[in-house]
Amino acid sequence: MVQESQTIAAISTAVTEAGIGIVRMSGPDAFEIADCIYRGKNGKKLAQQKTHTIHYGFIEQAGETIDEVLVMLMRGPRTFTGEDTVEINCHGGVYVLKKVLDACLKHGARPAQPGEFTRRAFLNGKMDLSQAEAVIDVIQSQNDYALKSSLHQLRGSVKKKISEIRNKILYNTAFIESALDDPEHISVDGYGDTLKQEVVSLMGEIRQLIDSADDGRVMREGIRTVIVGKPNAGKSSILNFLLGEERAIVTDIAGTTRDVLQEHINLQGISLNIMDTAGIRDTSDAVEKIGVDRAMSHAQEADLILYVADSSLPLDENDREIFHLIKEKKCVILLNKTDLARKTDEEDIRRICGENNMSGIPIVPVSAKEEEGMDLLEQTLKDMFYHGEISFNSEIYITSARQKHALESALESLEKVVESIEGGMPEDFYSIDLMDAYESLGSITGDTAGEDLVNEIFSKFCMGK
Amino acid sequence: MKFSANSVWENRDGYDVAVIGAGHAGCEAALACARLGLRTVIFTVSVESIALMPCNPNIGGSSKGHLVREVDALGGEMGKVIDRTFIQSKMLNQSKGPAVHSLRAQADKSLYSRTMRRVLEEQENLDIKQAEVVNLLTEETEGRKKITGVQICSGGIYRCRAVVLCTGTYLRARCVYGDVSMETGPNGLQAANHLTDSLRELGIQMYRFKTGTPARIDRRTVDFSRMEEQKGDERIVPFSFATDPEQIQKEQVSCWLTYTNEKTHEIIRKNLDRSPLFSGMIEGTGPRYCPSIEDKVVKFADKKRHQVFIEPEGLETNEMYIGGMSSSLPEDVQYEMYRTVPGLEHAKIVRNAYAIEYDCIDARQLRPTLEFRNIDGLFSGGQFNGSSGYEEAAAQGLVAGINAARKLQGKEGIVLDRSQAYIGVLIDDLVTKESHEPYRMMTSRAEYRLLLRQDNADQRLTKIGYEVGLISEARYQRLLEKEKLILEETQRLEKTYVGTSSDVQELLEKYKSTALTSGINLAELIRRPELSYEKLAPVDKDRPVFPGWLGEEVQEQVNINIKYKGYIERQKRQVEQFRKMESRKIPEDIDYDQVKSLRLEALQKLKAYRPVSVGQASRISGVSPADISVLLVYMEQFRR
Repeated sequence: MVQESQTIAAISTAVTEAGIGIVRMSGPDAFEIADCIYRGKNGKKLAQQKTHTIHYGFIEQAGETIDEVLVMLMRGPRTFTGEDTVEINCHGGVYVLKKVLDACLKHGARPAQPGEFTRRAFLNGKMDLSQAEAVIDVIQSQNDYALKSSLHQLRGSVKKKISEIRNKILYNTAFIESALDDPEHISVDGYGDTLKQEVVSLMGEIRQLIDSADDGRVMREGIRTVIVGKPNAGKSSILNFLLGEERAIVTDIAGTTRDVLQEHINLQGISLNIMDTAGIRDTSDAVEKIGVDRAMSHAQEADLILYVADSSLPLDENDREIFHLIKEKKCVILLNKTDLARKTDEEDIRRICGENNMSGIPIVPVSAKEEEGMDLLEQTLKDMFYHGEISFNSEIYITSARQKHALESALESLEKVVESIEGGMPEDFYSIDLMDAYESLGSITGDTAGEDLVNEIFSKFCMGK
Repeated sequence: MKFSANSVWENRDGYDVAVIGAGHAGCEAALACARLGLRTVIFTVSVESIALMPCNPNIGGSSKGHLVREVDALGGEMGKVIDRTFIQSKMLNQSKGPAVHSLRAQADKSLYSRTMRRVLEEQENLDIKQAEVVNLLTEETEGRKKITGVQICSGGIYRCRAVVLCTGTYLRARCVYGDVSMETGPNGLQAANHLTDSLRELGIQMYRFKTGTPARIDRRTVDFSRMEEQKGDERIVPFSFATDPEQIQKEQVSCWLTYTNEKTHEIIRKNLDRSPLFSGMIEGTGPRYCPSIEDKVVKFADKKRHQVFIEPEGLETNEMYIGGMSSSLPEDVQYEMYRTVPGLEHAKIVRNAYAIEYDCIDARQLRPTLEFRNIDGLFSGGQFNGSSGYEEAAAQGLVAGINAARKLQGKEGIVLDRSQAYIGVLIDDLVTKESHEPYRMMTSRAEYRLLLRQDNADQRLTKIGYEVGLISEARYQRLLEKEKLILEETQRLEKTYVGTSSDVQELLEKYKSTALTSGINLAELIRRPELSYEKLAPVDKDRPVFPGWLGEEVQEQVNINIKYKGYIERQKRQVEQFRKMESRKIPEDIDYDQVKSLRLEALQKLKAYRPVSVGQASRISGVSPADISVLLVYMEQFRR
């Protein structure tokens, strides 16, 4: 049996706006951590309760009650992972689940790695050999998702910011290290004061990122929704219409949108991470072609597709191409430009749907120009969501939690640097914590430290001999 | 030179181990094998070049000093020899934390070489043989190759059961400056031109690396009045834990500091097209940490001047080393540029600067014991493994020698991990990371450097050296005594309280330390940055008297252990985590193609590197935590 020393936590149910959600913790400190955030009716500690029992109480964090919950308490080895396990049944809602997970992490749990619960279960002998491959599949598929979400859902501006912070940390560390390696050529005496200023300002930047992590400004959380359609079908108008602002450039020239625009909207409590894409058509324009390819690849990864069809034109080959592309996807078809004379109606669409074995696809006539049909679209999306037809993978939240956790570790490491400087420690102590911060931040952008420091030393500082 | 393939004959002396090359790696390897009771022969192209220092005239320096201490703690020779032959000594980074204090000594090169040669000559079980080895002899049983002997240039065959390759920079060596190219090893010594073919035939992959050295000038032609004098430390600290510091306090010689200037740089820039590097005559990869002066001028164009250290090569020679100005520019340019440097206006060059190219291996073909994965009994160490530096070489030579001996004695190899020693970091890096230049030790490469200090190398490694059989009983007992004293004294300080008495307050005031308002133990006071164990002596009434240099060592350890306790304990916790992963060994015959779901990049890397433990696997770039999870699951499957 493999004794893991850390306690892991994650949201382990699909995240929807309705129903019940579960936050799960597993590991040696699971009970202890739960006791830090849970207040039972009778004031009894969970750690003292019998195994495999359910308890009613409240989750609290910083004096504030987050949710009314049922906590399931299971002592290892008779649990899924074989370890002490706590499952907190919350009253659903993305916000509440995130808060509860957050509270667990604040008290010493760390966000689970992809497939980690399953891996622990297997390594602890809770699953037999025949399940090994399935275990590996779980790990890899969750990892693929995590990788994709950390790459695609991490906001470009955040990624850039983190890279900037990392570069500064690396430069400063390399300076200190080059002086330690070659003290006769490079002097680091009195560098503490300069470094402190720099580190304090970096800490401010990281704090801002942490604050924004809570309101989804770091990760694009939500249902990955992609708008597709032929050129000039009015996709960008639909996006602007949904956003209630002019975000995308709209002209009547086909092929105006050449790259992918990404926005986040909240439709009656449903969080959509929505992408406008270039119109799909066979094109010889190189730049437009890139846009079309991107549109198609985004469509393939989407949780939901909004297909904008132009009702003022007859359906053509390009439309058939699109139908083929979205065949296996959750989809809503918007029949746009109802303000113009119709060349295509719902019947035509249903016929093609039938040809592609796509039945029951909602078709919503809209006019982005006249701002008509929005109510029906909202209602349609809501119905799909609450009937569970669309949901978002809860992995995004654990990815997001991992990233916030990483930001917090980086901040902690930088705090230690300041402590060392203020405590009058010698310079070589600074670089240890600086590099810890560097690695934590790297885990967000998917970069490992590797030989970075050594390379930076050689490229930025002239070593002797 | 041509070797004889016709007159094959067999030497009947019968050896267990043949060490090829008698540089810093070879000497340590041969001594270790002989001392562990194996009949050992060491081959060198020239007996005069045993333990030669063909480049800088010093031993130690940042992180390299650590290696020398570690070699010493394990029972190696380098530290003892430099303690007998140094002419100046300095502890670098003294104003920094103890982790980066590093000892560096200027050596009397010729004396160092002769002293080491004498140690070899006097070593029981060890024979020295001047000859170029041209062939490795192997036999194949059940598809595995095994060492059976070596063949030398005369055609003679020396049977042995293990070989340690320590060929340094001699394999197909070529020295170059300007358009001059000579097929020689360093210092004009004979190169070894045949062995590479034999290695290739055994399926060993070779690289070609490059390094360089500056000119040596005649002391009589140097104007020292235009330079800054660099003296040694007042109190000399020995490298070896077995050397009594009192015995080595002596008169030291100085080094001299001067600088290049715009004029120097202009001459270099003007003549860049005549450099063999720029003309493409040299193809080998040079090290970034020891750039030639032309590299520095090109790469750091905004720097107005570079430091130049003029260092004596010995007491009985006028030759001086121009540290900081290695070069492969033509001879006339060398004269011109060196003479722009203040103090060198009339310098006469004794030996020209040159670049040297040589064959070495991709060390990823080695196990962490430094034995080739595919050839039983073949070990290697030193610059041949793609490292650089005397100290790096000695460290690997020692480990390769110990493990060659242990293999023949049927014992498990010694592998130091990254939390135990710089040697562990060095070898782990060499055998797991792809490298495009000679590898130099750096303190930033050691993750746990607070624990891997040069001052505690004995506490980390002497026990291992003792178990291996290279450390004497007396030295081991001394270590146990030292550890006992450290523990007792540390505990005493944690329990000894001082109050607000006037002598205490006065002492604190003297060091600008906050006055006490209540009682406090001495350990807490030592932790204050402005105070130390030594400074508190006047108020520490019951402090025991520690005899001799053991006492000095104990006090140093007590001070460090108490002062940096928080940091040290943090690193110890990290080491625990690290060890867990290191202890999960990956079966040697694992077939990664059978591990489903590994991402392609991870699969390729794991197949290429074949890490020995999960910890090592996790350090390979391109292997993600998820791949590690998959690997763990697969290994569990395999185990059941």
